[in-house]
Amino acid sequence: MGHGHDHDEDHSELEPMEVRVRALETLLTEKGYIDPAALDELIDTYQNRVGPRNGAQVVARAWVDPEFAAWLREDATAAMDSLGFGGRQGEHMVAVEQTNETHNLVVCTLCSCYPWSVLGLPPTWYKAAPYRSRAVRDPRGVLREFGVTLPGDVDVRVWDSTAEVRYLVIPQRPIGTDDWSEERLAELVTRDSMIGVGLPLAPEAVTEGASA
Amino acid sequence: MSRPYVSRADLGGTTGHGPIAYEREGVVFHHDWEARALALTLAAGPPGGWNIDISRSARETLPNYLDLTYYAIWTAALEHLVVDHGLVTRAEFEAGHASGPGDPSRRVLRAEAVPAVLAAGGPTSREPRAPNRFEIGDRVRTRADHVDHHTRLPAYVSGQIGVVERVHGVHVFPDTNARGLGEQPQWLYTVVFDATDLWDEAAPGQRVSVDAWDSYLETAT
Repeated sequence: MGHGHDHDEDHSELEPMEVRVRALETLLTEKGYIDPAALDELIDTYQNRVGPRNGAQVVARAWVDPEFAAWLREDATAAMDSLGFGGRQGEHMVAVEQTNETHNLVVCTLCSCYPWSVLGLPPTWYKAAPYRSRAVRDPRGVLREFGVTLPGDVDVRVWDSTAEVRYLVIPQRPIGTDDWSEERLAELVTRDSMIGVGLPLAPEAVTEGASA
Repeated sequence: MSRPYVSRADLGGTTGHGPIAYEREGVVFHHDWEARALALTLAAGPPGGWNIDISRSARETLPNYLDLTYYAIWTAALEHLVVDHGLVTRAEFEAGHASGPGDPSRRVLRAEAVPAVLAAGGPTSREPRAPNRFEIGDRVRTRADHVDHHTRLPAYVSGQIGVVERVHGVHVFPDTNARGLGEQPQWLYTVVFDATDLWDEAAPGQRVSVDAWDSYLETAT
């Protein structure tokens, strides 16, 4: 990042937020309170290792393994932990299943609570006012904005994550995937389908061999 | 005299925020500083000694909360926290440089400890000391009074009748934890509301739930 000369001089060419964040990091590092390598490790974790592909593995396992699906209903935290997905912002998990009768949708109207352990960091729209304000009041309108039109006889159930319980939506397994492997099934599971603002991909979207 | 407590983050059901700006899966950060702000916030927690409820309170009370992007909110809150909790002095913050070494007794998150710390997380469940007051299926009314501190009962369900749907055990109580008054854990419930009870324009077949601590609730008659 540095150019090998006086850091203070660099600030003129930086965005104001970049200046403020860098100033905080510098100050806390000088005080010995921050290990800059720990920051790199944290960023690498959430940029490259912990994301919605974790949740997709949970969903795919639930689709192929009824015992695992039952465990998810009973104790989602333990079931997800068994796949290696636990810890920060996934300490108290609940899995909610989409059915033909009820469509579930997850929001945090008060801040940005989100199941990091299985979905990674929340997308910007999930943390912003338009989604947070409207998801509880006009969920069908929100879903339409995401391209999902629910049949009129399907109930909508919104989960506002106001405590430390984190919700993962388990979408319905797409029809026509009976002989699919767990790995291929996971490719159909989108982030949006695990928040409840989307549906899994259609089987045609994942062609034979494309996952090789 | 202290100013009244105002959260600017209680957005459920409010209007006028415009369309949702969709982003595809895979977009995590837009600028390097956002990633840095996230990591700094996580790493400053151990030496700072604050808790998640204190952090949330610092964010939701920012006067310009609604004008800021998400990591700008985190950064602004962190600037307050590092001074308020004595990690740096006001003078050091203004100068942007340390005038002396830090307190060696404060915990520092080292890079090699990051995987274990993230894996451990911060569970908020505590051992129950008394049985739960409400059972699944109970009709409850939420607190209608405004409280002058951080709380996690959204305004849109304030004073409303709902039904207990899940019992989550006993969890740290944010209302006290955010004010440095201790964890004072309470039973936590998922309470579900019929949307038609909350909003005139709501269609049937729409329900919304919140997770509510015991003291937010009373038996509905």
